[in-house]
Amino acid sequence: MWDWNYAFEVLPEIASALGVTISATVVGFILALVLGLIWTLLIRSSNKIITTVADSIVKFIRNTPLLVQLYFIFYVFPQFGLSLDPFTAGVIGLGLHYSTYLSEVFRSGIESVGPGQWEVATALNFTTKKTWTRIILPQAIPPVLPVIGNYFITMFKETPLLSAITLVEILQTAQNIGAGTFRYTEPLTIVGVLFLLLSYPASIALRQLENRVTARYS
Amino acid sequence: MSFWDLIVSLLGQGLVITLLTTVLAAILALVLGFIAGLMRLSKNKLVRFLVSIYVEVFRGTSLLVQLFWIYFVLPMFGITMTALTAAVLAIGLNFGAYTSEVVRSGIQSVDKGQIEASIALNFTKVQRMKRIIIPQAFIIMLPNLGNQLIELFKSTSLVALITLTDLTYQANVLNATTLQTTQIFTALLVIYFVIAWPMTKGMKLLERKMTEGRM
Repeated sequence: MWDWNYAFEVLPEIASALGVTISATVVGFILALVLGLIWTLLIRSSNKIITTVADSIVKFIRNTPLLVQLYFIFYVFPQFGLSLDPFTAGVIGLGLHYSTYLSEVFRSGIESVGPGQWEVATALNFTTKKTWTRIILPQAIPPVLPVIGNYFITMFKETPLLSAITLVEILQTAQNIGAGTFRYTEPLTIVGVLFLLLSYPASIALRQLENRVTARYS
Repeated sequence: MSFWDLIVSLLGQGLVITLLTTVLAAILALVLGFIAGLMRLSKNKLVRFLVSIYVEVFRGTSLLVQLFWIYFVLPMFGITMTALTAAVLAIGLNFGAYTSEVVRSGIQSVDKGQIEASIALNFTKVQRMKRIIIPQAFIIMLPNLGNQLIELFKSTSLVALITLTDLTYQANVLNATTLQTTQIFTALLVIYFVIAWPMTKGMKLLERKMTEGRM
């Protein structure tokens, strides 16, 4: 039932696809961070229309499944002349989906900065840009770093969804091997083990970061 | 087909499976989450260790991988099941692992004085849990449980990939036959939103009702 020789035979091919999985995670996460911050700032805007529109978009994205969003980007965008390769479509989908979660994290971080800090920035005649980059964000981000890290791991575990839009990452590689040999046990198990081997140490490291953050900020 | 026809057609064919999967998996996740969460607080080291393996394995690997594993690998070991059973099992086990953490932290955050009071009042251990700890912990857990229910609902779209005929699966079928790609996937997004959004609102309302005068 479990053939070690076969497992070792397919391991290199699956492990080599890990590169696609990891780069999709990293690029998607960078996009999510940038977009997430943009949502947060737009929602905080003093212009009511901008706030409402940004807030509605965020709510819509949060309340629909990532898989359907991926289908939408991959199959509907080309109807409007925007054909994307699976990697780009996948990264945009991941980035967009998780940006709405990160925006919530940024919001809570920013709200935890005391009102006195804003007053000081005004009193010191800081520009809006300087207030954000020098005063608010440096205090808002470190306390929420563990939560941000958590979303990074969550996103890493969501990348197999990209196989649904034909991206050949580790799950799709395992599926392809299985389809060729009619043996799914070893390839699929290897994929599970690889995910566990990467995400478990990451979550332990994160717990340590969390302890340090709690010790420092509360 | 017009946009409305598409929505009606999708709802008619896939809604029941999507909702059924959501409800069954949510019940399984809640039951597993409470059992595992309570076992994680056990004094017995072995019990704690075994439960932590369950939790870490299901949290550490991807839901889609678990779904495929249960549906494609278990039959190799002679365990065959329908797509619906596999879907409920995979989503239930996966979310159960996350729920156990919510349950554990909820119980741990109940004020120590409550435990002391129940000991002073000579409550048995079971009484203490049932009457004092869990009712208070449940209110603390509620926001997280609500979020998880929404996440679980959205994750049911994955079951389309193991050929369970839910909303997403039917959208793909409809797309292949009518080629009205834009309308179909827009309709699908709208349907999910129209179900998830009231759920989010409903959970917030329930939260407010339960915490009224308590917090």
